[in-house]
Amino acid sequence: MSTGADARTTAPQCPVAFPLRRPGRPFPPPEYATYRGGTGLVRSELPSGPVWLVTRHEDVRAVLTDPRISADPSKPGFPKAGRTGGAPSQYEVPGWFVAMDPPEHGRFRKTLIPEFTVRKVRELRPVIQQIVDERIDAMLAAGTSADLIESFALPVPSLVISSLLGVPKADRDFFEGRTRVLVRLSSTDEERDKAAQALLRYLGRLIQIKQRRPGDDLISRLIAAGTLSRQELSGVSMLLLIAGHETTANNIGLGVVQLLTNPQWIGDDRIVEELLRYYSVADLVAFRVAVEDVEIGGQLIRAGEGIVPLIAAANHDDTAFAAPSEFDPERSARSHVAFGYGVHQCLGQNLVREEMDIAYRTLFARIPSLTLAVPVAELPLKYDGVLFGLHELPVTWK
Amino acid sequence: MRITVDPARCVGAGQCVLTAPDLFDQDDDGLVTVLDPAAGAPAVAAREAAALCPSGAISVAAD
Repeated sequence: MSTGADARTTAPQCPVAFPLRRPGRPFPPPEYATYRGGTGLVRSELPSGPVWLVTRHEDVRAVLTDPRISADPSKPGFPKAGRTGGAPSQYEVPGWFVAMDPPEHGRFRKTLIPEFTVRKVRELRPVIQQIVDERIDAMLAAGTSADLIESFALPVPSLVISSLLGVPKADRDFFEGRTRVLVRLSSTDEERDKAAQALLRYLGRLIQIKQRRPGDDLISRLIAAGTLSRQELSGVSMLLLIAGHETTANNIGLGVVQLLTNPQWIGDDRIVEELLRYYSVADLVAFRVAVEDVEIGGQLIRAGEGIVPLIAAANHDDTAFAAPSEFDPERSARSHVAFGYGVHQCLGQNLVREEMDIAYRTLFARIPSLTLAVPVAELPLKYDGVLFGLHELPVTWK
Repeated sequence: MRITVDPARCVGAGQCVLTAPDLFDQDDDGLVTVLDPAAGAPAVAAREAAALCPSGAISVAAD
């Protein structure tokens, strides 16, 4: 244990409120800057008990790479109870490897890595392009206005991940609806459990079908590899299905607004990385707990204390990114932690990059007259989710 | 400059391939490989790839 003698051992202040709302515009709560400029780590309370909020870029990376800090929700003190959203701590899902620590985590991750390499994802470009084009065809055929979330931002990643996994696209409404319940902060444990069980049953049946009649898809390849049990396969498939559409949908929607209001960046290669940093839609997904005493940013965290590394706070740390509240694609934003850091860093990150890039390029090339149908300030922001985004994005075109 | 990689630590994020495609690749298992350890690689790109690697699988040492 490397706890320094000078580490603070008491909370520097009273517990602060959490989660915090983004104030009317899609930026991190202003309190993050206050905490970052102060002690960096601040104490808060969740229904599960006290947690440390971590706000500095360096400290967030330290939390996400320290072997004394666990991602396993079954560990005592893990932050939970209706606030951890997508992390299904309350239902034990075999194969839910984002909630595992090494070395157990590695068995699942290593099975999936070959499916998500930079090269493999580039091979999916024609598939992504076709899905994007078909959604735009449908929008254009339907008239001169649309909710871009419903008609484009959500269906594109949803259809891409279902195509990759081999999940019938006819079942999109089913799994999108269940995912919405899982990522909504206000969902009760019962509602989440019901949604998760329904998804697992559905995927279990799908796996049985593919065992008899394999297709050219990821689930069939995992079955053929034979390294995972059927239950684990269901859990892994559910994780990929959920992770694969909701986060990307939020990024696509927010990015379209950013480009409509800053059209000078349309077509620029560098927007995706800066959009990921700027909006940090997955601010609240990386919950952790200390399993040994550990010092982070000069603060002693005791074994059993919960930790919430705030992704948006880290990505707006001015020691890591100059003028962080400026949207500036010319900066090098690559060191953002929008996909997390450490062994759990998003497996599908390169798929997300391709989807965002193809979505923006194609949308603005094919509908150059695209405009917002309501003022930016009136866009309904998702305040009730683990993931940040827009409920609706009304647009029109000529 | 010497680049060493540890495939056992690699988590296949692909950051190195995005950052320095002339230096790094992913093998059939999706794990990091150095394309040509003997090549006089640009130090800046190699160091950036090492800094971005989420699992600390890349080390860059001066000769």
